[in-house]
Order: sequence, then structure tokens, then C-alpha cells
Amino acid sequence: MKRRQLIVLVAAVAVATLLPAAVARAGDVIAPGPDANEDIQEALILAEAGAVVELGEGTFELALPLSLARDGVTVRGQGIGKTVLSFAKQETGSEGFLVTGSGCTLEAFTVADTKGDGIKVKGANGITLRQVRAEWTAGPKTENGGYGLYPVECKNVLVDGCSARGASDAGIYVGQSENVIIRGCRVEENVAGIEVENSNHVDVHGNTATKNTGGILVFDLPDLPRQGGGHVRVFDNDVKDNDTPNFAAKGNIVALVPRGTGLLIMANRNVEVFENRIGGHPTTNVLISSYLTTGREIKDPKYYPFPEGIHIHDNEYGACGSEPDGELGKIVAGIAGLPLPSIVWDGVVNPEVAVEGALPHDRRLVITEKVEDPGKFFINLDLLTAMRDPKAAKPSRDLAPHEGEREPLTPAKVPGAE
Amino acid sequence: MTARPPRPRGRAALLIVGAAFVVAATASVALSAATARDDEPAAAPSPVVLDLEARPPKWLSAYRLFEGDGSDQRPSHGVTPYDVNTPLFSDYAAKHRFVWVPPGKSARYHAEEAFAFPVGTILIKTFAYPRDARDPRKGERLVETRLLIHHEDGWKGWPYIWNEEQTDARLKIAGGIREVAWIDAEGGEQSLRYIVPNANQCEGCHGQKPKLPEGVTPTPGPTKVKLVPIGPTARSLNRTLAYADGEANQLARWTERAILEGAPASEEAPRLAVWDDPETGSVEERARAWLEMNCAHCHNPRGPGNTTALDLRASQRDPLRFGVRKPPVAAGRGSGGRLHDIEPGDPDASIFVYRIGSTDPGIMMPELGRRLTHAEGLALVREWIRGMKDGE
Repeated sequence: MKRRQLIVLVAAVAVATLLPAAVARAGDVIAPGPDANEDIQEALILAEAGAVVELGEGTFELALPLSLARDGVTVRGQGIGKTVLSFAKQETGSEGFLVTGSGCTLEAFTVADTKGDGIKVKGANGITLRQVRAEWTAGPKTENGGYGLYPVECKNVLVDGCSARGASDAGIYVGQSENVIIRGCRVEENVAGIEVENSNHVDVHGNTATKNTGGILVFDLPDLPRQGGGHVRVFDNDVKDNDTPNFAAKGNIVALVPRGTGLLIMANRNVEVFENRIGGHPTTNVLISSYLTTGREIKDPKYYPFPEGIHIHDNEYGACGSEPDGELGKIVAGIAGLPLPSIVWDGVVNPEVAVEGALPHDRRLVITEKVEDPGKFFINLDLLTAMRDPKAAKPSRDLAPHEGEREPLTPAKVPGAE
Repeated sequence: MTARPPRPRGRAALLIVGAAFVVAATASVALSAATARDDEPAAAPSPVVLDLEARPPKWLSAYRLFEGDGSDQRPSHGVTPYDVNTPLFSDYAAKHRFVWVPPGKSARYHAEEAFAFPVGTILIKTFAYPRDARDPRKGERLVETRLLIHHEDGWKGWPYIWNEEQTDARLKIAGGIREVAWIDAEGGEQSLRYIVPNANQCEGCHGQKPKLPEGVTPTPGPTKVKLVPIGPTARSLNRTLAYADGEANQLARWTERAILEGAPASEEAPRLAVWDDPETGSVEERARAWLEMNCAHCHNPRGPGNTTALDLRASQRDPLRFGVRKPPVAAGRGSGGRLHDIEPGDPDASIFVYRIGSTDPGIMMPELGRRLTHAEGLALVREWIRGMKDGE
């Protein structure tokens, strides 16, 4: 059966030649088209450490989410706005792109209109997001996904030169992570521009946060596996005109952020805020609050709801406080009058560590700013007393209890970020 | 038979050459598949073929898990069917589950976790739709068969998609979408763009972090996730099944066939309620069983959904941990404006009901593996929440 043998031989050669071409995608540029969804996913599954999965220019219409579970893989597009992964017609998946491998880099592309989160990175040791954009193209809408760029439970995170727009929770969110740098990013028209939650050793610098509901949030929240967030430096950022009405779905913690909040620090230990330019905020430029002020019940016995060791110095402040938002805004305005000052502290401290009402120096809120009119710059609301008995409350604009020296925090270290 | 040719790829240079190859490749596959079947005696001892060193075969038939072409899902000798008390809802697909343990080896019993299966074990799950639910004789349309194979370095998952002719299923690591249509029990025409998950998404449900000692706080970062089986636990398998030679308890039958060792008598083993059988448990027990099987593969302390500390295993006794008045953490619009996962007595104010009832990818739970709402499961969860007293 010579003919048959020939067919088998040809077939064998064909299989040998065709298969590698079909599966070994790393090194090729994947172009948009009807097969692209499958092509990209296949390449991500087969990529070995060190491989680059390159995406061509154009819009990729993706119905299925992408996921990368291998270590040390780079996914590279041709640039923000040039390579667009559009999930407008996404049929499944609570995020557009999920990374669970360690040491991966995503760079130079846009992820648009995902049904849930944009890019989620979970449990990775080492992740770089560089020149990546997460966007909901119709602008602020409650129906938009929660987080744009979303590393959680990670170690060694670099978010560099990225951008996010339209997230119904946070544009760039880093949660329950350690050693994090978020730099040179632009976040606009999200509920929260940048949110750092239950994380440690974090630098947020050189970013622009504008037209969000709140510009930059540093939170520590209860009921999460990892708690005790702190050692966060927020510096050299432009935090301007964050005045978009809050469009988060109720029930989420960010739904409580008043429209027009520049920087919000809630709970946390050791946060240093310096050399930022903060202004144009209808509620206030800087709000420092205990979790108790949210009015939410705390059922988690391990949770520490008080912000301590906060240091604010050498920032430039613009106008704020003429139109405070929401329930909190109303209460604050009732105590402070309008316009609200640039720094508003709820004044809620842990009675167990306070000595005659004052915290020991290392836990104290320290403010070192050159201001023209110190009497209009700051207020301690004494909010807990005010809630119980408004007449007994002693709100104070005195900066004297907040003077003093404090050692600068050490920079966050992320390998490869130098 | 005609096997589906590999799809030509988008690169122009390859297209022409590719087109010629496609024909040849098809012939090759058809030849080898035909040979495999012709040569194989029907009742050979251990016909199953598994090479743990090789890349996974391109075609499901290569494993020889089924009699004939597998279209009627009759297992080969040594391949044992099983069922679970309460299943994961998968868009009303019928599921055919099988286990194959290498001859001479057994799984070790565990009262709580999935049994410790030996290397070389294959867990097999086929998803299918009836052609006409009113007439079982018309058979089923097989959509996909998922294999979970135990290698030396852990479990690996592979999705095989059945061809139109229903003669074989082809490995599709990137998953895909398949149109399925069937006639339901009332004679109504149903159709669905069924989603076959990709190989990475196995981790979305089967991925678990290594166990931490009691009281140790999880640290972020490099805890490598491992795939684990979900279905074959004592509490899910502890039930009777109609085997070819009559009914038997599955734990007893697995022991008898030496698939399992160390199992106690079935009365001594834990048993999960059957979600839709009131004789097997109270509303609470059945709702918790449904939540365990549909949610706890993610929402347990080591699962992919552990970030929010929600734990939906039926064994979790702390109401806050299983959602009672627990505020959402990263729900985004998935909160639907509701304040708590479970609001006792008020299903409509509970995020659970909102997310289990949604089919929007950005809202729905579970987030993988379904496009439809499990109306009956949702009704059970509603009933449970409605019956909760305020003080609970």
C-alpha cells in the first residue's frame, strides 16, 4: 500500500510542522481577528518563563477573559490606545485579565469595558504593570466594573506609568499586599483614583489623580484575612479637582467617600504624606478618619480602627471645602462651618492608648505645613463626642498638639523598580 | 468519520501551506483513531492509557476511557462512574462523572477533604444536554469532557470539546464557546452559548493554597496555588448509586473495587444533604449544602475567593464568616446597593440573592461555569434567608 504509506508520511510531516506553528505562539505577534481570543489564551497557557507574548496594534474584541498562570511571562502590546483589548462584548468572567503567575510583566496596552474588574493580579510574587490602561469608555457609571488595575495578596508590585478611568470602585487598587510602588500614573473619573488597602511598605508618588470622587485613599478595613496596613508614603502627587459625584454601588466602602475628597486616610499605621499638590476639592483636601466614623459595626476582634502615626508635611494646598458632600460632609460642615479647612481629622483616638486625651508622640497626627492662616487650615472635629453630645464636643483648630519631629519612613523596595 | 481539522491560523504566510496540511492532518488523525478502535478488544483488562510524561493527547479517545467512541458514555473496564449528593450547577447540563485509579493503587480516605488519590488517577467529567428531555431515547449532545489528572507534581486539568459528529473530543486548552440547543421537559426549545473554561480557569475553582497552621496569618505573595479535586469527598460521595449490577453505596463500592482504602462504614462517614431532597436535611442544611458545592470551592480560607474572608463550607459555624450581616469587600457593583451578604429574614436585601440571581458577568456568582441562573437553588437560598431570625 504505497499510496497509503505516503499519506501517512505526509500526514506525519504535516502534523509535525503544523502543530508547533499552531501552539508555539510566543515570539509571534498576535493580530486582532476572530481567532485572537483563543490565540492569546493559548499563548498565555503555553508560555515558558522568559517568553514574550506580543499583541499587535488594533482592537481585539474579546468575549472570553484572559488568564496568565505561568511565571516570568511578559505580555506586551504596541502602546496604550494602540493595542486595545475590548471586553465590550464579554460573555463571561469577572475580570478582563487575571494574572496568578509570579514575576510577570504586562505592558503597553489598554483593557477596555470589562464587565467586572479590568486586570486582576492575585497572589503573585512580583508583578509589573507598565504603561497599561484600564478604562470604561462611557465614563463614570455605576454599571462599570469595580477595579481597573487590581493587584491583591501580592508581594513586590510595580505599577508604573499606567492609567485608569471610569472604575466604579478604584482605578488603581492594591490590597493585602506588601512592597508596592505606584508611580507616574494618571487616574481620572473613578470613584477612588488610587486606593491602597490593608497593605504595607507602599510608595505612591508622581501620580496625577483628577476628577475622581476621591483622589487617593489609604485604607485599613476589617474582616479581611490580612490586616494592619501601614508604612505608606504618598508624595509628589498632583491631586486636583476630584469632584465627580460618587457613583459606587451602595454597600461598598467607597460609596461612603464624599465627592470632592483629595486624600483620605482611614485607620492605618504610619502614613507619610509630603510634597503633594492638593486642591480643588469641594469637600476637603485631606480627610483623616477612624473606621468608627463610617458608622459601620466592627465585628472583627483583630481589627484596629484608628489611624496612628500619620505625618503630613510640605504639601501645597489649593482651594477646598466650599461644598461638602453627603452625610459626613453635612456633619462636618455643621461643626466646622464653610469652607471646610484643608485638613479635617475626626479626632477619634483609641482611649486605651491616650493619656489625658492625647496620644503618645509616635501615634500622634503630626502636621508640618507652612500656611498663611493657620486658624483656617485644620480642624479636629472631636467627632465621637459630638455624636454623643454635641454640646460637650470640643472641636479644635489648634495645630500646636500636632507639632513635632518625626523620622521619615523608609522607601518601599521593589526589585527591578530602580 | 470526519475529525475536525485544526483551524487555520490568521497569518497570511501560513494560510496556503496550512490549507494543504489540513487535509493531510485530518487523514492522519482519522487513521490513527480508527486503528486504535479496531485493535482494541472490548473487555481488555485495564484498557486505559495514560502517559504522565507526554503532553496530553490531542484526542480524548487516546485515553480509552470509554467503550466504543464514547458517545454514549459507557465507561471502559476499570473506569467507575460516580455521582455527588449536591452538584455544582452548570447551566442545567447533565454531568457524567468517572474515576480511574491505576491498577494496584488506591486513594486514601479523608473525612473532610478530597481523598488522597494516587499519582496517575484520572477524574473525568462530561457535560451534556439531552436532545429532548421528554424522550431519553433520543440521547444526549456531549459538549465537553474535563479531565483532572494527578501527576507527580500535582493535578492538571484539560478540557476536551466534543466534535459535531460526537465521535471524539479534542483538547482545547484555550476553551471556547459552543452553541447548544435542546428541548426541555415541557417541550420548549432551549439554547445556550455554552462556555468551555480554559485550562488556566481550572485554578479558578480547583486552586487551593497550601494549608497554614492554625492561627498563622497569611502573608501576601508566593504561595503557589495547587489544583485539588472538589467532588470526591466523603460527604459528597456518601450516597447510593445505581450500578450495572444494582444499587450500592459509593464509599462501599469504591472500597470493594479497591479504588479507596480506609473508609469507614457509610453510616459512620459524613454525608452532605441533597439540595433538592427534603428527606436528606432541613432547609438550612440543604441551602448550606448548595452553597458549599456552588461557592465554597472559592470561598474557603485557602480558595481563590479567600480575600474577603467569606467561608461558605457547610462546616463553618461562625455566622459572620458565612455571610450573615457581612459587608461586601470587593464586590463593586456586585453589591447591588445591598449592605450585607445575608440580611436575616430579608432575601431581597441580601447580596447573596442578588449575585446568585444575576447573569451579568460583573455581578454574578459563581463567576465561572454558568450563564443561567439556577432558579431552584436560588429559591432554596431565599427560603433559608427568609426563615432566619433577626438575632441569628
